[in-house]
Amino acid sequence: MSENTLYIALADDDADDRLLFRNAMENLRINTELSIFNNGQELIDYLNSPNHRLPELIFLDLNMPVKTGMECLKEIRGDSIFSDITIAIYSTSSSERDIDETFISGANVYISKPNNFDKLKEAIAKVIEMNWQYHTSRLAKENFLLRI
Amino acid sequence: MNIYVKFDVNAICKQVLKKQLDSFGLEYTLSGIGEVKLTDDLSKDKEQELADALENVGIFIVDDTKAKLAHQVKETIIHMIYNDKEAHRYKTSTYLAGKLNYSYTHLSNVFSQTTLVSIENFIILTKIDYAKKLIIENKLSFSEIAHKLNYSSSSHLSAQFKKTTGLTPSNFQRLVRKRKERRIVLEKSVI
Repeated sequence: MSENTLYIALADDDADDRLLFRNAMENLRINTELSIFNNGQELIDYLNSPNHRLPELIFLDLNMPVKTGMECLKEIRGDSIFSDITIAIYSTSSSERDIDETFISGANVYISKPNNFDKLKEAIAKVIEMNWQYHTSRLAKENFLLRI
Repeated sequence: MNIYVKFDVNAICKQVLKKQLDSFGLEYTLSGIGEVKLTDDLSKDKEQELADALENVGIFIVDDTKAKLAHQVKETIIHMIYNDKEAHRYKTSTYLAGKLNYSYTHLSNVFSQTTLVSIENFIILTKIDYAKKLIIENKLSFSEIAHKLNYSSSSHLSAQFKKTTGLTPSNFQRLVRKRKERRIVLEKSVI
């Protein structure tokens, strides 16, 4: 199983957050490959371009200019080609309305962005390990909801 | 005269592998790097012959017995939780060891190494997954679901549900319902 890799995409407009995320992904017990996009539109363009491997897991920042995380989420969930992709939204917002809206729009995971690095690392590891279980076991993916 | 070459290692390995498999008259597909799907099962002797032949050209069959055993543990756990009404009489460790004929320590080690979760955590995940299905079906009350899944009380199930998913069972139920309603509205608007 170790020769499998989990392909992950991240869309975040904040350069510091992108770096933090990349660092947090190191030392995971799962082999991962990460593609980083500077905003939501870049991610959507990539997903719609032909001939490439689709990510198994996408992390979306909620607050992005041009195309917000919510708009990306709705576009991705509106296309059945992408139905196997797990979508994790992360945001500094912890408003119940935002959280409800992301789950109802088809997100699998909602992460309230922690303000310290270790907590972020922990959260990312939990999402990836949990997603790995859904990826490799007979668990009902359509019921995969996780709030961190 | 010298000529210089460079190698496409992947293409070369594939050619070598194909040649060997063809010489055994096997039907197969190569799916991705390093996986060979054989159309028919091989006898133990034939498998050993193939392994030897491949080894001669520097190709080694990966020992997947651990992955297989971990898979069997998963299937046994799923059977235990979904189908076996007598399972609650036994401790899980005794149950798995008895069904699979290995010591629980061995099973537990192999499982954590290959699946990245402990058996205990996988059991919790599977039970919560089942609870989700039952909550969505909405035929049983919450305490009936707790009883069916061998929790001592509905608050115990509730706590484990919250710990695993970050959501309370009722919140989960509400979100899944709203999601379905939304999907129906969207589908109608498309038509």
